[in-house]
Amino acid sequence: MRKHNLSRPHAGLVVSIAFVCVVPFFLREYYVGVATELLIFIILALSFRVILTTGGWNLAHYVVMGAGAYFSAIMVKDFGWPFWAALPLAGLVAALVGLLLSYPLSRMREFAYLIGSFAMGEAIRLSWNRLDYPFGGPAGITDIPRPSPWSIPGLPTIDFSQAIPYYFLVMVVMLVCLFAMYRIDRSRLGDIFKSIYSQDILAENVGINVVANKRLAIVIGSFFAGICGVLFGHYHGSIDPAVFSLGPLIILLAWLAVGGIKTFTGPIIGTVFFVLLAEGLRPLAAWRPLVYGLVLIAVLLFIPGGLEGLPAMVSTWFKKLRRRIKRE
Amino acid sequence: MELVWQTVVNGWVTSFSYAVLAVGLALIFGVSRLANFAWGEFFMVGAYMVWLLYTVGGWPFPVALLGAMGVVAGIGLITEVSIFRRLRGNISATFMAATGLIYVLQVLVGQVWGVGRTKPVIPPLAGSLEIFGASVGWQRVVIIPAGIAMIGGLWLFLHRVKLGQALRATSQDAEAATLQGVNPNRMALLAMGIASAMAGAAGALLSPIYSVTPYMGTRIILMVFIIVVFGGVGSIEGAFLASIILGFTYAVITTLADSTIATIVSAVIMATVLAFRPQGLLGREKA
Repeated sequence: MRKHNLSRPHAGLVVSIAFVCVVPFFLREYYVGVATELLIFIILALSFRVILTTGGWNLAHYVVMGAGAYFSAIMVKDFGWPFWAALPLAGLVAALVGLLLSYPLSRMREFAYLIGSFAMGEAIRLSWNRLDYPFGGPAGITDIPRPSPWSIPGLPTIDFSQAIPYYFLVMVVMLVCLFAMYRIDRSRLGDIFKSIYSQDILAENVGINVVANKRLAIVIGSFFAGICGVLFGHYHGSIDPAVFSLGPLIILLAWLAVGGIKTFTGPIIGTVFFVLLAEGLRPLAAWRPLVYGLVLIAVLLFIPGGLEGLPAMVSTWFKKLRRRIKRE
Repeated sequence: MELVWQTVVNGWVTSFSYAVLAVGLALIFGVSRLANFAWGEFFMVGAYMVWLLYTVGGWPFPVALLGAMGVVAGIGLITEVSIFRRLRGNISATFMAATGLIYVLQVLVGQVWGVGRTKPVIPPLAGSLEIFGASVGWQRVVIIPAGIAMIGGLWLFLHRVKLGQALRATSQDAEAATLQGVNPNRMALLAMGIASAMAGAAGALLSPIYSVTPYMGTRIILMVFIIVVFGGVGSIEGAFLASIILGFTYAVITTLADSTIATIVSAVIMATVLAFRPQGLLGREKA
């Protein structure tokens, strides 16, 4: 069924992994931090794409990531759990939150879906704001520890409180998550999700349980969002309800809208684009959101498929141009 | 007993504050399928116009109110023609464009007039209404007659005026309305103009009792959207009914507990109702 050139994407993959492995050694510590965050954001963008392949703009997604972050922060800091136990369990907790949200969401469409998901996310976020125990109220949770250092006999101790070791930790988790999500995307399940997006009535008629599959997509996406939350919380060392509010949510939407969601690389392109843009605009920090907003609107108006569709758009444009020249 | 009356008056005030915003939003969604998430920012610009014209400029309050309505309606018309019309039919794209607009308006207002302190707007109506021992400032009460006038006027326009009936026809079935010679682009523009003017008026009237900052819109947007969805997407009557139900719920819970819990409860009510009745209170079958 799927015949595609195996050697080319693999070569590209090897080069990108090599690049990601080498690059922190050439960066200042601040930029290693930026790169770490970028890798976390890439998982988040792709986890959102899992849900988007069924067509659901689940605006509670950022809060679901926060649920993972809060769970892990509380377990590691207050209950002394090891980071490595909290990491997968936080994913499961986020998936559970996703499952709960998916019941009302699977019955909503269009406008109601957008607002319903946003409102339920806000309800969860406001409860973090309201409850001082265990969520720390508006101040949130501070002094979240990094994973404890690894001392392997014969090798230097790996101290995760330093920038580069934590970068590699995030990178390894990211590669595992991306591999898993890529396999899901390429599997039969991924095809089912996409069929729901393009033709939900047709999918239903060929015997696909649309509601159950929509829910499953939310649960899977939420799991990976929870993992992101853990990496994010232990990276920054503090989280509070404002971190997961409307402002950052808009940026998440912008990554996906600007990058595109048809292919696996679209969300990665969008995330990298916005992180680079943010760094480029650092001297104009106050104006940054304005630029984000204008870029988002411009891409929606002029490059409807997002940046991932740009090469195809340019090539058809050239073909048309060539044809016109030939005619003349 | 005083507390009960106080809560009742507060309930009406809250209901009408939300109703003026929610009815316009429902009208726009019905006519042009646009989920304008930047609605809170339209409201914010209305409040800023009052600060600019009334507090700084020294113009009389009614003039500032009209100015706010005009400016916000202008923003609505410009964004409709330049952005939303081009994305019509794609709900997620129009929604995303509106989220982009949130950032644009917040930053523009913040950078032009400063982010820091809230902008003071002295209430033009001094004194307060006394009923059965309860006392509510006139500035808060004034939203009730203003809301009745605006929503009542809109209702009459939609049901008694030919142009308004065309607007309703577009909302019910855009294709059939087009076949009858109704221009959908003009209807979308008309709906956006009316609704934006109402959002501007709400911002203007509530500016003395809200703290006027570039981010004041994010505080109100959640409740307004909950109301529109709860009432039935695109249904003006539903939005109005939901404003009253949730406005009272909000006021009562705010009195008993606090506003954060009131918002959480409203969201949970909406999610529960939608799980059993996806089209909302008065929505048509397909939401």
